[in-house]
Order: sequence, then C-alpha cells, then structure tokens
Amino acid sequence: MDRGRSLLKSGAGRWLVAIPLVFFGLFFVYPLVRVVLRSLTLDGSLDLSPFVEIATKGSLRRAAWFTVWQAAVSTAATLLFALPGAYVLSRYSFFGRRLLRAAVTVPFVLPTVVVGAAYLALLGPGGPLGVDLRQTAWAILIAHVFFNYAVVVRIVGSFWELIDPRLEEAARALGANRARAFLRITLPLLLPPIAAAASIVFLFTFTSFGVVLILGGFSYATIEVAVWREATINLDLAASAALALVQMAGVATALWAYTRLQQRHARRLPLRSSRAVARRPATPRQFVVVGTTVASMILYLGAPIGMLVWRSLVTSTGPALDHYVSLAQGATPFVDPAEAVVNSLWFAAAAVVPAVAAGLASAVVIARRPGRLGARLDTFLMLPLGTSAVTIGFGFLVAFDWPVDVRTSVWLIPLAHSVVAAPFVIRTVTPVLRSVQPRLREAAAILGASPRRVFREVELPIISRAALVGAGFAAAVSLGEFGATAFLIRPGRPTIPTAIFRLLGQPGAANLGKALALSTVLMLLTTAIIMAIDRYRVAGIGEF
Amino acid sequence: MRRLGIMVAALMLVVAGCADDTPEDDGPQTIRLVTHDSFSLSEGTMEQFEAETGHTVEHLEAGDAGTMVNQAVLTKDNPVADVMFGIDNTFLGRALDEDLFEEYVSPYLADVPDSLKLDTRVTPIDFGDVCLNYDIAGLAEMGLQPPSRLRDLTNPEYSGLLVVEHPGTSSPGLAFLLATIATFGEEGDYPWQSFWSDLVANDVLVTAGWEDAYYGSFSGGSGAGDRPIVVSYASSPPAEVIYADPPVTEAPTGVVLAGCFRQIEFAGILAGTPVPNAARQLVDFMLGLTFQEDIPLNMFVFPANEDAELPDEFVRYTEIPDDPASLDPEEIDANRSRWIEEWIEVVAS
Repeated sequence: MDRGRSLLKSGAGRWLVAIPLVFFGLFFVYPLVRVVLRSLTLDGSLDLSPFVEIATKGSLRRAAWFTVWQAAVSTAATLLFALPGAYVLSRYSFFGRRLLRAAVTVPFVLPTVVVGAAYLALLGPGGPLGVDLRQTAWAILIAHVFFNYAVVVRIVGSFWELIDPRLEEAARALGANRARAFLRITLPLLLPPIAAAASIVFLFTFTSFGVVLILGGFSYATIEVAVWREATINLDLAASAALALVQMAGVATALWAYTRLQQRHARRLPLRSSRAVARRPATPRQFVVVGTTVASMILYLGAPIGMLVWRSLVTSTGPALDHYVSLAQGATPFVDPAEAVVNSLWFAAAAVVPAVAAGLASAVVIARRPGRLGARLDTFLMLPLGTSAVTIGFGFLVAFDWPVDVRTSVWLIPLAHSVVAAPFVIRTVTPVLRSVQPRLREAAAILGASPRRVFREVELPIISRAALVGAGFAAAVSLGEFGATAFLIRPGRPTIPTAIFRLLGQPGAANLGKALALSTVLMLLTTAIIMAIDRYRVAGIGEF
Repeated sequence: MRRLGIMVAALMLVVAGCADDTPEDDGPQTIRLVTHDSFSLSEGTMEQFEAETGHTVEHLEAGDAGTMVNQAVLTKDNPVADVMFGIDNTFLGRALDEDLFEEYVSPYLADVPDSLKLDTRVTPIDFGDVCLNYDIAGLAEMGLQPPSRLRDLTNPEYSGLLVVEHPGTSSPGLAFLLATIATFGEEGDYPWQSFWSDLVANDVLVTAGWEDAYYGSFSGGSGAGDRPIVVSYASSPPAEVIYADPPVTEAPTGVVLAGCFRQIEFAGILAGTPVPNAARQLVDFMLGLTFQEDIPLNMFVFPANEDAELPDEFVRYTEIPDDPASLDPEEIDANRSRWIEEWIEVVAS
C-alpha cells in the first residue's frame, strides 16, 4: 500500500540517494583518496613515517593540543555570547530585526584576512580597548566568537522562535520562577539545536586557519595551519597529507559524538509560526533586555566591520570615496577589480547549481530516512567542512586527468566551491523537510492524490523555498571562498578574494585602500544576498 | 563485428591524432605556461611573443611559489603545463630533486650575471632581494641610524623596533631566516640560533604574513603600525612611491643593504612537454628585453638581463645590495624543515 507515502519515499524517490553519493563520491572522496595516496607514495612505496613524526614532533603535538583546546573554548564562548542574541532576535519583534538578522551572518562569510586586519587594528595598542591583545589566545577567541555568532543565532534562534511560549507561561502559572521555568522547560527543548550549533562552531574553529594565523601570530598554530605550512613552505606533501588525515579524524569524531547526542535528545515539538511567537517588547524590563542585547550585538559585531569600512574611506584628504572610484576605474597592472567581481558572481552562480542539486537530494534522503542511514549520511556529508582546503584543491589537481584531462579547467573553481557549499544547503533544507507534517502528506494521499501529485503540490513548494535559501548560502560561501581555490591551477581568473590578496601583497597606500574598498564591496554583496534569501525562509525554519 | 570495426577505426584515429601532436613541433603550437599567483605582465608583452612566433601562450595560475612546486610534484607523471615561471631558489632544490625540468641553456644567458645561474635545468629570469626596510622619518625622530649589519638589531637601542614574518608561513620570512643562517652560520660561538635568541630578548615581533607585518605593524610608508623596521623587499620603497596616495617625490622608506637574501626566480621547461622547441622559444623570449623591461613595474623584482633598462623609480628609490646572502638550493631543501622547526623552538618557546 502506498497510502501516506510520498514520491520521495516510494520507489521512484529511491534513486535520489545516488545524487549525493555520486556528487560527494566523485568530487570529495575520490580526489581525497587520490591525493592522499599520491602524497604518501611519492617515493614509490607507501610511507607512513609522517604519522610517526606527527606523534613525536614538538610543534605538531602542540598544534594538535591547541586545536582541540581553542575549538572547545571558542565553542563555549560563542554559545555564551550568542544565546542572548538568539533569544532576542527570535522572541521579540522590533524595528530593524530583519536587517540585524541578515547582518549577523555577514561575518560568517567574510574572508578572514580582511577581518583579521580589522581586528589587528582593534586589538592593537592603539585600539579602543587600549590593551594589546595581538598574538594572544584572547584575540583568537574574540575573533572566533565574531565569525561564528551567526551560527548560533541562526540555528538556535530559528528553533527558539517556534517554541510555544505558552509552555513556559504554564510553568510560571504553576509557580515556577523565571529561571526555573527556563531551565526546566525551555532549555531542554533547546538542547538539540544548541548541540547542532555547537557542533558546527566546533567544526569551524577546529579547522580555523586565517584567524589563527593572523591574530595568533607565531605562538599558536592549529593542525590546519600546520597542513598549510607543510604544503606551501616545507614542501613536505606526505606530512601535509598525514596531518590532513589526522584533522579529518578529529572532525569525524566530533561529528560522531554530535550525531549520538542528537539522536538521544531529538523530540517532537508543538511548533508555531514565528509571527505568533515574536512580540514587541512591552515592559520596561523587556525593553532593557532587548536594548542591551541589541546594543552589545551591534557593538561587538559592528566594530570590526565598521573599522573595515572606515579604513576603506580613509584618504590623505579625509574620508572620501577615492578608493571606490579607483576600483571602478578599472585595471591596475596586476588586478582588474571589475573583472574579479564579474568572475566571482559567475563562479557563485555556477557553484550554486551542483551545490543545491546535491544538497537538496541529500536533504531529502536524510529527512526521509530517519534511521541509521540518514544519520550516517548526515554525518558523512558534513566532512567537507572539516577537510583542509589544501586537500580539496590538490585533490582536484591530482584526480581529474582521466578520462578527459580537466585539471586546469576553469569549471573546477565553482565545483570546488560547491563541495564546500553543499553542506550548508543540506543544513538549510533538512530541517524544513523534516517539518513537513507527515499528516499533511497522508491527508493528501487519502484524498486520492497520487504520490507524484503529493510531491508536486505539497512538498515541492516547500522544498523550492528551502532550496532558494540554500542557494543563497551557497552563493555567499562561494563569493568568500579562498582556500581551495588557491590550491588549484586555474586559468588566470581572479575572484574578489584572490584580488584582495593580490592587492594586499604589494606595498603602497593606493593598493591597501583598494583592497579595503574591495572587501567592503564583498561585504555588501554578501549582505544583499543574505537579506534577499531571508525573505524566502519558511516560517523561520532552517538551521541556516 | 561491424561495431568492433568502427571502434577499432575510431581508436586508430585517436592514436593517430595523438601521434600527430607529439614528435614535431614546428609551426604554431599552444604553450601552457604555469606561474605563481603574483605573475603579471603589461598588455601586449605576451602578444608580441605570439605575433613573432605564431605560438599561442595559455596562462595558468598556480598558488604561491611553494604551492606551485608541490602542484608540479603531484602532477609530475602528467604535467599540466609546458613551462613553469616563478620558482625561486628557496624552493628550487625540491624541484631539482624531483627532476621536474628538462635541461636547457638559452643563448640569451650570456647577458645574465653568473651569480644568478644556479643550475642548467632552470633559467634565471629575475631576482628580488628580501631586505630590512626602515621608516626614514620614524628612525630620525628617535634619533637613530638604520642598522648597518644584522647584529646591530640585538643592541638595546633597537629594542621593540623590528617586525619580521614567520618563516613557516611566509616566503620573505623564510628568506630572512636563510639570511641569518647564511650570515651567522650553524657552528661557532654565535650561531644563528643565538642571534634569534637575542632578537627575542630585544622584543622582536613576529607576524604570520608579509601583509600583517608591513601594513599592520610597520610604521613607514603605507604601514599603520608602530615599528620602524620590517623585513620586506628592496623594491618596496619604489612601490611606496609608485602607489603613493597622494603622490610623493621621495620614498618614505629605505633599505638596509646588509643581511639581504636574494630570491632568484627561474623559468623551467617541464619534463615531458610535447612542445619542447616552442617552450625553449618562450624561455628565450623571457630573457629578451621586451619581457625583461616589463618585469619591474609588474612584479616588483629586478630583471636578470643586465642590458634591461630599469624604470626611473627603481633607480632613484632603492639600491641593489652588492653581496646578498645566499645558500645552495640543495642545502636549503635538505634543511628547510629542520631550520624552521629549530627557529620555532628558539622563538616560540
């Protein structure tokens, strides 16, 4: 009997699992295996000595320890600072909420080299704090919270706004005080999204590169930094591959732990749409809560961004748009900014297609198979986020010489972006699909709709909105991607991030000004995209 | 049977097609040129080569110089390019060790000083010196002279004034470490490790990359920091003038000629190229005056050809050190990893 089963669950939908398997198999697993094997067998035979070296080399052991330590502390700090923000943005409606929600996402997709420079100015001796925090673990933690704030606000916030406030109100009416009602009612309900957010923050900070490199200076290095060092300076491919594997093992362990936790705590919720839950602040107490949270959010997230914009406006004759004008005027000998913007937009558009196709198909499979397979697939498909950019870039270079040699094809750039972006699409779409009430499908089926019709009329509209949101994130990720691109061999097509790097690589005030102006352009593009897709968020559901 | 016949015929055509490409390379060819990501030329330079020879140059961009070498090592069995440009002597040993290049001695090498010729498998195209730069006004305000030798940096008057790059994450940082190793040596009563210990005691600042050091911590020129001495390039002062905002007539920064390390950039013909003759023509062209005189203002390094005329800014605002430090590429390759590790032990712990 097919009653109540949708197309996706019935036989016709089964082939869907092939899409993620082929996509991630061909563009993630295969290049990874090829480059690791090649790197470990450069002298003709399998060389496992780099693993021994990792265990014995002082600087590498320190890097491993620091990687775990800073990721754990960064995750805790991000939760601590961002949960109040998630609360205010999800439970209250106020002027500017939509803009603020889009704006908190901007840091997440900004190139670290750009924000790193802003932080150096903020945390330096001349900065507003008045203390020199450069090259301390503090600087790294502060920047990590900045970058990952959005993860918590988005994931926890979008869940929080769906929790029926009457639950807590009932507890209060029964005599529980505010704290107790929160601890006993709301917090347990929030644990799954908090765990989800924490796992992603942990993942990102575990593989942190730019922040650690720029703000930590020489005293701190993560495993990812060590991978880059081996690949670009020491030229030890075997060591680089071995380190990348160690890092992946760490990431896989964290993901596995998260999946276990998630399975144990998942529970169904009486969800309500966000409009019903969010209310305007009314009491003085609520005004204070909303006011201070929003103010501190703006201050904390706005300071580095403001610093960046401000510096892009600084000229010898006071603040002006000079650098933007010279950007618009076009090519310098080594960078054509207009071309970089056009290329970036092209690549983003091209990256969105495979990322959304693969991400959507994966999400359908994960959402429709709640059992082990779904969970395993879910874990596995997050791995690209925890994989070194070196491995992805070099992997493409080694792998795609057969049957047709496309190793230097320009298409590899958006393809590499899509591998990094697809997990975001999955994270966006899966919760939406899960939220489609089974009863809705059943009702349609009982009323006589064929599985195909149920899919077309019930599921497709919801899926396509979610896909649109996923597409926006994929585009934003592609716009800011620098790592994997740098390890490809590509026809000279600068993107915005590579053009920024290029400009920053040359002395002279004009170059610096242009780099900062181009960074601001990137930031504006990103904000515009995120704001546009926020319109299509399905009643606030969606982890991203 | 018929199908098999067609397949065999198709296969033979393919084989014939491939065979057609390989042995001869007279006539127009497509040359794949892979460069590091700092490569650039004026419009028209490469086009001149294409017009003169009828060949087409397909430019491919790799990562930075170190990454590019690793990319070539990874694809050694089936190279993605015919000519590589931009590998320097700090990474050359690795490439030679892997036999990445075919031997070629260009007739134009006659115009190149012998000190730049390190191996017959690669052709020197340009060089740049990694040198200490100083903030002219900044040091003057403090009543200090620029250091005249590396050892001066350990004197108390230079305490807290120097910013350098991490040799494990930055190419100029590595070059400066090599300069100190060449200057102080590994043996004796004051080896390079002792010099670095003294630098640490004298409050040296280490940053991850050149950008953070120069723009973030250096006080001269376009730098926004507070340290008047930085590890940068001999060509940085001319860049400060060319990219000044507003225009200036004097360079705000100067170069310390002692303790420089010379990075020589080479072109090499990748072993196994199907178009060796065209590749040689391209290497020859790179040593010719059109290409050589186009180098300084695009890549801010000095042309290898002695006959190439330098742009005015390069003559007026900088100097070329007479006797820069140097180390044998093979020696660098054999010790690079160990030196960086030892440096980390000295400086970071």
